Amino acid sequence: MSSILTHSPALVMALPLLAAFLTPVVGRFNRKILGWFISVILGLTLGITILMAIQILTNGSMIYVFGGSEAGLTLPSGYTVPIRIIFHIDAMGIFMGLITAVVSFLAAIYSLSFMQKESGLEKYYALLLLLATGMFGMEFTGDIFNFFVFLEIASISSVALIAFRSTLSGEPAEAGYKYMVVSSISALMVLFAVGLFYGQYDVLNMATIASVMQFTQLDKIALILLVTVLSMKAGSVPMHMWTPDAYSEAPAAITMVLVAASQASLYALFRVSFSLYNISLNTVTIGWIIIILGVLSMFIGVTMAIIQKDIKRLMAYHAISQTGYMLLGVGVGLAVLANPVALDSFGIKAMEGSIFHIMNHAMYKGLLFLTAGALFYRTGTRDLNKMGGLANNMFYTTIFFIIGAAAIAGIPPFNGFASKLIIYESVYKFNPLLSIIAMLVSILTLASFVKVFHSAFLGPKLEQYKKVQEVPKSMLFAMATLACIIVLFGLFPDVIVKNLVHPAVMALINQTNYTATILGGI
Amino acid sequence: MIGLLETGSGYWNAITWVIMVIAVGAVVIWLRNHGEDKYKKDTDQTKPFLSGNPEISKEDSHVSASHIYWGFTEALKHYYQPLIKLHTGNINDYSGWIVLVMAIIFIVVGVS
Repeated sequence: MSSILTHSPALVMALPLLAAFLTPVVGRFNRKILGWFISVILGLTLGITILMAIQILTNGSMIYVFGGSEAGLTLPSGYTVPIRIIFHIDAMGIFMGLITAVVSFLAAIYSLSFMQKESGLEKYYALLLLLATGMFGMEFTGDIFNFFVFLEIASISSVALIAFRSTLSGEPAEAGYKYMVVSSISALMVLFAVGLFYGQYDVLNMATIASVMQFTQLDKIALILLVTVLSMKAGSVPMHMWTPDAYSEAPAAITMVLVAASQASLYALFRVSFSLYNISLNTVTIGWIIIILGVLSMFIGVTMAIIQKDIKRLMAYHAISQTGYMLLGVGVGLAVLANPVALDSFGIKAMEGSIFHIMNHAMYKGLLFLTAGALFYRTGTRDLNKMGGLANNMFYTTIFFIIGAAAIAGIPPFNGFASKLIIYESVYKFNPLLSIIAMLVSILTLASFVKVFHSAFLGPKLEQYKKVQEVPKSMLFAMATLACIIVLFGLFPDVIVKNLVHPAVMALINQTNYTATILGGI
Repeated sequence: MIGLLETGSGYWNAITWVIMVIAVGAVVIWLRNHGEDKYKKDTDQTKPFLSGNPEISKEDSHVSASHIYWGFTEALKHYYQPLIKLHTGNINDYSGWIVLVMAIIFIVVGVS
């Protein structure tokens, strides 16, 4: 057990990575067990991630040095800086890792039935595993070049998964192509920023770069490149336009994972701002840039969602809008980072609200995309104009949709309310107008989901859907699990905030701890 | 106390909220049960009054998504028209927005 724990950071990566290469072989022998094989692998990965979370939240950050004589030996004798690839997993990293593990596992379970009739499943599952590997890597690595590599793994597998479905109109391929272009731009900019760091400091370890950061002109350029492209990858307005294309065309289970992948980029944005630069940058300016991107995302996202007729495009615009809340709260935290009084008074709370919202959003938006997938599975359309009366035949899907919609609209007692309430109250102390906009966006979100509920679920049975049945059990299981998490997080938000969110926020803010874990001194 | 979330300016307890909703709901149901009891299901009493016009079938009267919030979007058409125009679906524009935002941030951070 202790050996598994010691090597758990490597295992979490190795399991899905090796399974991805095994998938075509398994698929060749027995196609029927393929989905179960992937589910077991991702279930094991989830189990190991939970073990890691318990370890990290009890004993502090985990370090894993690849190729070293000891897993925790960051500085072999004679070295003053780490030279090997190091996984550096603190409370924030494992917080994101848990999201990735849960979402990937449920995507595999949902796909058992949802993807059953599709061909090329071994490719689908191999790509899903690679996407999970890339996301874990982005969240766990302590090396900036290694981050670029994992970003690329996640992006390339996402592109293929978005384009996976074959249709006569070729829309999935077009969406995949668009995502490929924007991902390539972001990858190039990240690589350029990595080059700027390496050129100046001769190191790639993030904690080491943070410890010697001079905030030179080149560091400013690197910061701007990273802030821009990571915001774009998170789906921030006005660089959000790839999001509705990609989210709507990908298979429903993959859309749920793509939401978590976007959040991995958001995590990277926060990691760069807090752990790499911290107060060496002009926190007020960068904080306000993130706040403005957040407000634009919230408002434009929700207003564009209201006018959509394609259920998945509508939900994709809501994903953009919800990302705005996360940017807003963390932006406020960053803006007051150099002001200890304001940070204590409301900055930490604003960040707690936003970080909590990341997890809540992954759960309820995942659930909503799965319900949209369930509707598509049974009706064969995403067009809300063609739907109606489905609550008569799809009782459980309707209940899950109501739970997801209530959560995203911030209705108590669901999880979205708890995180939004923290954001409203803490952001109000920073700037009341921002808080009022956030509340207005919640009202519009509710209005938008009332439209979906009425269009798709309410009304009499339509002739063409009279024989529609509830979706298969594996799809229901994935939706039910997310619904349970939403309800439990909503009823006991204090437990999550105290044990998961607060440690994650403190891990972000406390740069000294971050650097000292690698370079010694604690 | 379990379930008590500190929000920065106050507290939130979902368990208390649920208990309150159940209590208020029980009172509402109790009041409803003491209301009019002359309602007869599936009689003319339940049919809508349409001034002599024949009632169209329920299937045909379902309001579709495009018609919901028509007034809202119509009232905000000056906001929506340019916003929709910006969403061209053209990848060149997507890339252009990234460059534009990057340029703005360069100027703002460079000046500050």
